[in-house]
Amino acid sequence: MSNPHKFSVSMRLFHWAMAALVISMLAAGLLMVRSLEPWQLSILTVHKAFGVVAAVLVIARLVNRLFHEIPALPGDLSSLQKFVAKASHWLLYLLLFAMPISGYLMQYFAGRPIDVFGWFRLPAVLTVDIENYAVFRELHGWLAMALMALVALHVAAALHHHFIRKDKVLRSML
Amino acid sequence: MKNRYWVLLLAPMVSAAAQEPPKVTAQQFVNLQQGEAAHEGFRRAHAKGICVTGEFRSNGQLATYSEAALFEQGVTPFIGRFSVAGNNPTAPDLKAPVRSLALSFAMSSTEQWRIAMNTPPVMAVKDPHTFYQQIQAIQAGPKAIQAFFAEHPESSDFLSWKAQYQPTGSFAAETYNSINAFYLINSEGNEQAVRWAMQPKVFVPADNLEGVDALHQEITNRVVKEDIVFDWMFTLANEEDDENNPAKAWPDSREQITAGQVVITAVTPQLQGECHGINYDPLVLPTGIEATRDPILRARSAAYAESYRRRAKEALMGELEGQGNE
Repeated sequence: MSNPHKFSVSMRLFHWAMAALVISMLAAGLLMVRSLEPWQLSILTVHKAFGVVAAVLVIARLVNRLFHEIPALPGDLSSLQKFVAKASHWLLYLLLFAMPISGYLMQYFAGRPIDVFGWFRLPAVLTVDIENYAVFRELHGWLAMALMALVALHVAAALHHHFIRKDKVLRSML
Repeated sequence: MKNRYWVLLLAPMVSAAAQEPPKVTAQQFVNLQQGEAAHEGFRRAHAKGICVTGEFRSNGQLATYSEAALFEQGVTPFIGRFSVAGNNPTAPDLKAPVRSLALSFAMSSTEQWRIAMNTPPVMAVKDPHTFYQQIQAIQAGPKAIQAFFAEHPESSDFLSWKAQYQPTGSFAAETYNSINAFYLINSEGNEQAVRWAMQPKVFVPADNLEGVDALHQEITNRVVKEDIVFDWMFTLANEEDDENNPAKAWPDSREQITAGQVVITAVTPQLQGECHGINYDPLVLPTGIEATRDPILRARSAAYAESYRRRAKEALMGELEGQGNE
């Protein structure tokens, strides 16, 4: 089995594009649920449209991953560390799926069609369902918190590998 | 020398008073609206109301200005709501200073429109942070609100409306205004700023009304006997009008177009009606209608979202507890 030192170019591109997207979406989300300023509508509209982009990207990214070999974890990691590394990555993927889906469903049940860059609109229910809206609205908020925590852990682990363990884990994604 | 120090101390206060009001968040705004004890499961503003159903009968007059499907000649059903201002769902109808009509059109799964209208045609202020101060003044009492209006000359159009406004004896006899302006966009992409009003077809004097639910009773009795009809009249801005300023009335000479009639055929108590679950956010707009940059309009959407989130969660928790008890 070959063991590349680096992630493929396509995987690195997906990773950094989604990193930028996820961080902007989380920041936009935190701002727009508080603000009463006129730009709130603009940022909300863009947030929803980019949510659709994020959903498409994460699917493309998973498909892309199936076709590429990824660098193995450093051999000297304990089996517990290996398990945490793998589990946290699958959890990240899961959250990247769950965020746009919960976001869409809260809009769907509130009867709010989503305009995607003026190109098309995603459908919404004709009869509003406030309880289902509540489920997905609260879920979207909790998942966002979990995603922020996991991103922080992910960044901390990458820095730990680079500066403390001084291995190739961070460089494999650069 | 001493005097100068005093000036320096005063300077920040003077400049703060002259500058914009402190910024408030959607959470602070809804906290202020709901008061100290929130009425769980109800809207934080306009908590008391009644669901209505009916249809908009379009005459086609507005179709050249907007590509929204409901302006083509034809009929579009809606789920609406009459309400009175205030955070208490059991408050007396006749004490409320403002009455409202909201409409929700679900033309298709991708084209929906929510409208929330009030009896005043203009706001007293033009941004949400000053509006917050106005609500604080209203809650503090008549002296505070008098002082507030004295400090805010932009309230003059609102005050002249208020001076001549006579509350009627029926939800059916009020005029309901869009307050904020919107753009109509036609198929060529042309944009026209408009405000609109629902104009009643009946006059009902305010005598003979009594009881905490006077208006709710009246409308329930009335709709059994006759349909409740309003003319949906649009006022077109011209280049002298600032569509982003909700405190300024537009002159009576502006062109007006009646788009058709809004006809209410039934009412239902709100807890049994479909309107209760709807957030009448005026920024849920179909293709052919767009929001202006009016700061109050945009803040309404953000504040309604916070109110909706709170009561939706309460509705869900109430439902879960109800199931647990069975």
